[in-house]
Amino acid sequence: MLVAALLSGLVLGGTYALVAMGLTLQYGISRIMNLAYGEMIIAAAFLAYVMFSTLGLNPIAGLLIAVPAGFALGYIVYGVMMSPLVRRARDKASLEIDSILATFGLLFVIQGIMLVTFGANFTSYSYLNDPVTIFGTVLAANRVLALVLAVVFGGGLYLLLTRTLWGTALRAVAVNPAAAPLVGIDVDRAARLAFALGGGLAAAGGVVISMYQTVTATSGVVFTMKALIVVIMGGVGNLIGALSAGLILGLVETFVATYVDPGLTLAATYMIFLAVLLWRPAGLFGRVAR
Amino acid sequence: MSRILSSALFIVIVAALACVPFVADSYGVTLGIGMLGYVTLATAWALFSGPTRYVSLATVAFFGIGAYTVAVFSETIPYPLLLVTAGAIGLAVALVVGLSTLRLAGVYFVIFTFGLAELVRQLVTWYEVNVTGTLGRYIFLPVTPEGIYWQLLGLAAITFLISWWIGRSRIGLALKVIGDDEIVAAHCGIDIARVKLALFAISSVIITLVGAIQAPRWTYVEPTIAFNPTISFLTLIMALLGGAHRLTGPLLGAVPLFLLFEWLSANFPNHYSIILGLIFIAIVFILPRGVLAFAEENWRRWRKTEIKNLPAVAE
Repeated sequence: MLVAALLSGLVLGGTYALVAMGLTLQYGISRIMNLAYGEMIIAAAFLAYVMFSTLGLNPIAGLLIAVPAGFALGYIVYGVMMSPLVRRARDKASLEIDSILATFGLLFVIQGIMLVTFGANFTSYSYLNDPVTIFGTVLAANRVLALVLAVVFGGGLYLLLTRTLWGTALRAVAVNPAAAPLVGIDVDRAARLAFALGGGLAAAGGVVISMYQTVTATSGVVFTMKALIVVIMGGVGNLIGALSAGLILGLVETFVATYVDPGLTLAATYMIFLAVLLWRPAGLFGRVAR
Repeated sequence: MSRILSSALFIVIVAALACVPFVADSYGVTLGIGMLGYVTLATAWALFSGPTRYVSLATVAFFGIGAYTVAVFSETIPYPLLLVTAGAIGLAVALVVGLSTLRLAGVYFVIFTFGLAELVRQLVTWYEVNVTGTLGRYIFLPVTPEGIYWQLLGLAAITFLISWWIGRSRIGLALKVIGDDEIVAAHCGIDIARVKLALFAISSVIITLVGAIQAPRWTYVEPTIAFNPTISFLTLIMALLGGAHRLTGPLLGAVPLFLLFEWLSANFPNHYSIILGLIFIAIVFILPRGVLAFAEENWRRWRKTEIKNLPAVAE
C-alpha cells in the first residue's frame, strides 16, 4: 500500500514537475502569467488521443508532432498576443495584469474550440496498459513510461539551461531583465523563445498525461492551477524548485487520495499553497524577493 | 446643484425601473432579473478590483456560496434570515481569503481566486456526497419573479450608493493612493491590508447576496450549476468594458454585453465561449481602461484639435 502510493505519487509528481517547468519558464523569463496554460496541455492530450485512435500513432511518436506544435503555438501566441502587451506595459505589475486578462480570454477560446470539436465527455485511450511489477507492487506500464518521459524531458531541459550559453542567457533574463541587454542579450528574443519552450513543455506534459489519465475539454483549469502552485512553491523561474515542488505535490495528492479521501485532493493542494504563501512567499527554494 | 440633480436622476431611474414588472411580460422580468444581477455583480466587482487593481476571478465562488446556502437552508430558516445567513457565510469566506492573500503581491491573489471557485465546488460536492448523501437540491420558496426583481433592484441601488459613498470618503481616497502606488500609500500611514480587506469583504458580501437572491429562480441547484465559471468571466468582461475605475462604468458595460450574451447564447449556443473569449481579448487590447475613459480621451483630443484649428481659421 505504502510503496504503491509512493510510486503512483512519483508518477503524478513527475508529470506535475514537467508541466510546471514550462510555466515557470513562461512566467519567470517571459514575465507572462499564462492562465491558458492548462488548455494548451489538454489540447495536446486531445491531439495525442486523435493521433492514437485515428492514425494508430503511439504517443511516443505523437510527442514528435505535439512538442514542435506546442512550441510553434507558443511562439505565435507570444508574437501576436503578448509582445504588444509587453511593449505597452509600464512596469512588471501592469504587464502581469494585462497578460492575466489576455490569457484568461485565450482560455475560453481554446476551451470553446475543444468543446465544439470533442464535446464535454471524458476521453481516454488504452496504451501500454500492461501490469509491471516494481518493488513488489503492480503498476501500469504507461505510468512507468510517463515517469521516465518526465525525467528525460525535465533532465534534458535542465542540462540545456545550465550547460549551454543559450540557456545561460535565458536564465540571465530571468534574474534581471533590465541588466541582460548590457551583456548583449536580446531580451525580446529570449522571452519569445522561453514562451515557446513553455508551450512545447505543455504539449509534452499533455501527451504524457493522456497516456494514463482521462481528460475532458474543461479540465485545463485544474492543471493550470496545479502548475501555478508548483511554480510558486518552487520559486518563480527556478527549475529545480519546480521539480521538487512538483514531486511533493504529486506525493501529497496521492497520499491524501489513498489514506484520506480522493475528493479532498484539491483541498489538500490548496492547503499546501496557502501554507507556502504565508510561510515563505518567495517559494520553498526561492530567493527572498526585493 | 449637480449633486441634487444627479441624486434626483438616480431616484427617478430606480423608481422607473421598479415599475417595470407592472408593464413587462414574464420574459421581460426574466431579462430584467439577469440584467440587474450582472449590473450588481459588475459594480460590486469594480468596487474592490477597480481602485486596488487586484483582479478577482472569484466572483462565482461567492455567487455560488450565496445560491447554495439558500438551497441548503431554504426549508429550515425563514426567508429574510436566509439572506442574512448567506451574507454572513460569504463574509466569513471573504475574510479568510482576504487575510491570507491580500498582504501578498497581487499576482498571488489572482491565482488564489482563480482556483477558489473550483475548490469550493469540490468541497461542496465532497460534503454532499459523503455527509448528506445527496448531490443536487430543490428550492421551493414562495418568491415570485417580481419579488426577485425588486430585491435585486434594491441591492443594485444600495451597491451604487456604497460605491458612490466610498468614492467620496477617506477610505476611497486611501484606495486611490493604494492603486497609484502602494509604497507611497504605506508611507502616508494608510493601513493597506485593512483597507483592501474591508473593500474585498463588502464586495464579496454583495456578490454572495446576488447569488442568494437569484437562487429561487433555478428550483434545482447542484454544484456545477451554482459554481459555473462563466459567471466570473462575464462579470469581469462587463466591468472592464465599461471601465472599472468609474461609478457608472460597470453599468455601461453590463447592459449591452448582457443583451449581446443573451442573443449569442440563443443563436450560437455551441460557439458561445469562443466568441466570449475573442470579445474579451479584443477589450483587453483595444479598450484597456474601459469604454468611458476611451470616449473621454478621444473627446478631449477632438476638442483640442478644434481649439488649435480655431486661430488658423481666424487668420
